[in-house]
Amino acid sequence: MVISFTELGYMTGGLYAASLGFYLRKLFAGSAWAGRVATALLAAGLTTHYFALLERSYALHAVPYEDLYGSMSLLAWFLAFTYLGLELLHRERAMGAFVLPLVLLLLGLELVVAPQAAPKAPARGSIFALHVTSNILAYSAFTLSFVYSAVYLVQDRLLRARRPGAMVWRLPALEDLERMARSAVWVGLGSLLAGIVFGIVVGQRLTGQISSLDPKVVTSFLILAFYTVYLWSARSAAWRGARASLLCIASYFAVVFSYTVVNLYLSKFHRFY
Amino acid sequence: MPRRVPVLLVGSFRRGAPMSVFLLGLNHRTAGVALRERLHFSPQEGLRAAESLRRDGVVAEVVVLSTCNRSEVYAVAGEAAEQAEDGVERHLCTFHEVEAAQLNGCLYRRRGRDAVEHLYRVAAGLDSMLLGEAEILGQVRESYLAAQREGHTGPILNRLFQASLEVGKRVRAETRLGAQAMSVPSAAMKLAEQIFGELKDNSAAVFGTGAMGAKAARQLRARGIGRLWVANRTPERARELAAQTGAQWAAWEKSPELLAQVDIVVTSVAGDDWTLTREALAAAMHARGNRRMFLIDLGVPRNIDPAAADLYNVFLYGVDDLQDMVEQNRHAREGEVPRAEAIVREHVEKFTAWQSGSNAISTLAELRNELRLRRELFTDARREELERFSPEQRERILGMMDELIEHLLREPAERLMKDREVRERAVFLRELYGLGGANRPGPGGRGGK
Repeated sequence: MVISFTELGYMTGGLYAASLGFYLRKLFAGSAWAGRVATALLAAGLTTHYFALLERSYALHAVPYEDLYGSMSLLAWFLAFTYLGLELLHRERAMGAFVLPLVLLLLGLELVVAPQAAPKAPARGSIFALHVTSNILAYSAFTLSFVYSAVYLVQDRLLRARRPGAMVWRLPALEDLERMARSAVWVGLGSLLAGIVFGIVVGQRLTGQISSLDPKVVTSFLILAFYTVYLWSARSAAWRGARASLLCIASYFAVVFSYTVVNLYLSKFHRFY
Repeated sequence: MPRRVPVLLVGSFRRGAPMSVFLLGLNHRTAGVALRERLHFSPQEGLRAAESLRRDGVVAEVVVLSTCNRSEVYAVAGEAAEQAEDGVERHLCTFHEVEAAQLNGCLYRRRGRDAVEHLYRVAAGLDSMLLGEAEILGQVRESYLAAQREGHTGPILNRLFQASLEVGKRVRAETRLGAQAMSVPSAAMKLAEQIFGELKDNSAAVFGTGAMGAKAARQLRARGIGRLWVANRTPERARELAAQTGAQWAAWEKSPELLAQVDIVVTSVAGDDWTLTREALAAAMHARGNRRMFLIDLGVPRNIDPAAADLYNVFLYGVDDLQDMVEQNRHAREGEVPRAEAIVREHVEKFTAWQSGSNAISTLAELRNELRLRRELFTDARREELERFSPEQRERILGMMDELIEHLLREPAERLMKDREVRERAVFLRELYGLGGANRPGPGGRGGK
């Protein structure tokens, strides 16, 4: 029996939703076993999600990036995948409750709003596929750094207010949040840099030139610059702490701008990825 | 063939009054710290006291539980509970060389169900000074296991203490009574962990070596702080506390350099002037490249200029802030008390049901032996009359009398097995029939001519 892309998508949605439920229980009840179950369900969801993407890739004969919804599904998978990697690296499960809603939102949009028949993508080779997936991995990592930085600001405010309620004890320590945000940015910068390099190679192969004035390329370099400044500021005397987190959040708006406005309206060569 | 009495009645039971649990003790509510210290038992002393109580026949089973907030003797009386309680009190006074009058109003006694409930509440942390604290459960476990190893416990205290450990575990697993129980220094340490995560890579300095400073230094050490300094205006006291906590001591004059190095600063210094001014802290933050600094001001009056709270990446908490947190925390945990008490009640019911069953079975077994003894006394008194019968007829008569005893006991035994209330009332048979040695009839007594 072959399970369709849509069925796998709903199965994935169910697993992510269940995982979110256990992450919330972990966050609010402090239950260690709930955290472990949440991680296991997330891993299971990632597996079914992978097969759903594979189904769609077979249908398209390409990585599903040609339409916004396929691209969002890929982004959701990378977001969950990168989160799981950072969760295991930092042994911190409290953030699942903040990341999974974003994953579910992206997946939900893709399942509920997406046209069932995806447009056929022209075959552009494996380097092109690497270019796209590297960039989407970078977006997902920057999304995580945004979430970690936002939670950092909340925790910082609660602690400085000197009237911490129950929430203070449920969120990770400031130091851990900062470290996780930096890890995510390092992953994002590495992936974005790789994506840009793959893009240059693909551009050379397909058109014989590097389209350095394409708005997508320009915003990608801006994003690189913003996050490099963030990494420097996170260790500088004047900026470390809340100010660096604000900078990280501000940089993320460039990512959102690049993924939406630039993809949809400004770039000639970069559509939907 | 007559129906046989249920097998539970056939076993052998210790003769005497039903075994009753009781406790004698004092705690932080009934006695001041001086008296609590005098009546404190070290683990070895607790075992020696238990040995002496059993050797002198005061009690049949005994466990001594002694912590900084309580000294309690849990025991099972072999004979009358009140005599045993008095005996334990005398031993307590002799052991600690305390006049009995000094204990007036400080010592409490609990018997039976009340004693059981008291132990369960202690194990659950409901009777602790810091509501829901977890340490007490470990102390109950250690005291019990030590007594058990030395053979001071028997079936009743084994069951009672094992159940108390279960109560303690259930209360902690099923309620949030013990979650994040806080004192002022522990609240400060928890906050430090919310800022820095694990403290093993961080450093701290404690200014002042009074009670609060010493507590904070110990808490920091217990939480695995990477490097710890102690500073005091009197260097000897700083050296002393540093030696006790495995810290380094620092000269008071070196405070500015120390501030630039450490992530956590605790102050508990007597004096009216600011120990740490905003300017000093601003300079320290500049020197340390604005790395986060957590300032804990435990001094009354305050030691740290409150204006320092405005400095970037400085987190400043005073005693009042921490006290508020402790109060909030206590209030939240108090909401869990009814659930914890429900667990305690459930286990008290279980234990009393078990013990009343055990006592009732013991009582019926003794009643059976008593009736047989009386049958023998009755037949001895009527030997001449019985000798008119042939040996076969005599055998038959005696057999019928035994059958009658079994018949009389069968129905009560069946009801005993089925009905808890009957089990609880069955112990009154002891008084009715004078079991356990009391009012025993002589030959040819009430059954004879």
